Amino acid sequence: MSIQVKFFASLREKMGISETKVDTASTAGEIWDMTTNNAERPVNVLVAINLEYAQYDSQVSDGDEVAFFPPVTGG
Amino acid sequence: MVMKLLSFHLSLAAKMSAHILEQPFEPFNSITEHQQQSDISKQFGATATFIGSMRDFNDDADVSSMMLEHYPEMTQRYLDKLEKEANQRWALLDSLIIHRVGKINPADPIVLIACWSAHRRAALDACSWLIEELKHNAPFWKKETRQDGDRWVEKNTDGL
Repeated sequence: MSIQVKFFASLREKMGISETKVDTASTAGEIWDMTTNNAERPVNVLVAINLEYAQYDSQVSDGDEVAFFPPVTGG
Repeated sequence: MVMKLLSFHLSLAAKMSAHILEQPFEPFNSITEHQQQSDISKQFGATATFIGSMRDFNDDADVSSMMLEHYPEMTQRYLDKLEKEANQRWALLDSLIIHRVGKINPADPIVLIACWSAHRRAALDACSWLIEELKHNAPFWKKETRQDGDRWVEKNTDGL
């Protein structure tokens, strides 16, 4: 099992991670815990799985891409 | 001007296109070019547009430039999805979204939304809906350069 994990913008800088992989996990929240050394889960962090918005408790599968990022500020 | 297209467009029943650009663009030229290339002439009676440009201030501080980051695959997918939904909700003949990424200077256009329809209400309402949805949900992030250093913009304003 391999899941690609990405961090963007201020979260990437704060966590010091751009991209990484995890071998096993069942939810996006578990991936957050594994890749951030169990950092507190910020309430305003957005989660995406395979380019679609998701939640910390959303299920993940082998080959998924999971991303964490702060509130968006485009436009 | 040579514009580098990072992503390209999809075409469905109504014409739609969303582009994410690394290079500056001239929105009024983009609208004209898009309209000339479209085959909807003599069908549309209304064109509604929104252009967002960079200010040289934010929260009472001077801003000298800005870096706009995005999540390329998800951002393109999200813009395409927004146009598709707008097309389902309103009777649009065509729509165009262009959004900058990379380094942006004050007065540079950041975003263009243009909607074409037979009558004004569809174009106006779709244009307004598209910019609000884009600002609230499309994965872009602004980092401002100020005299006291760089700072991530934490949230968009409510637009008032």
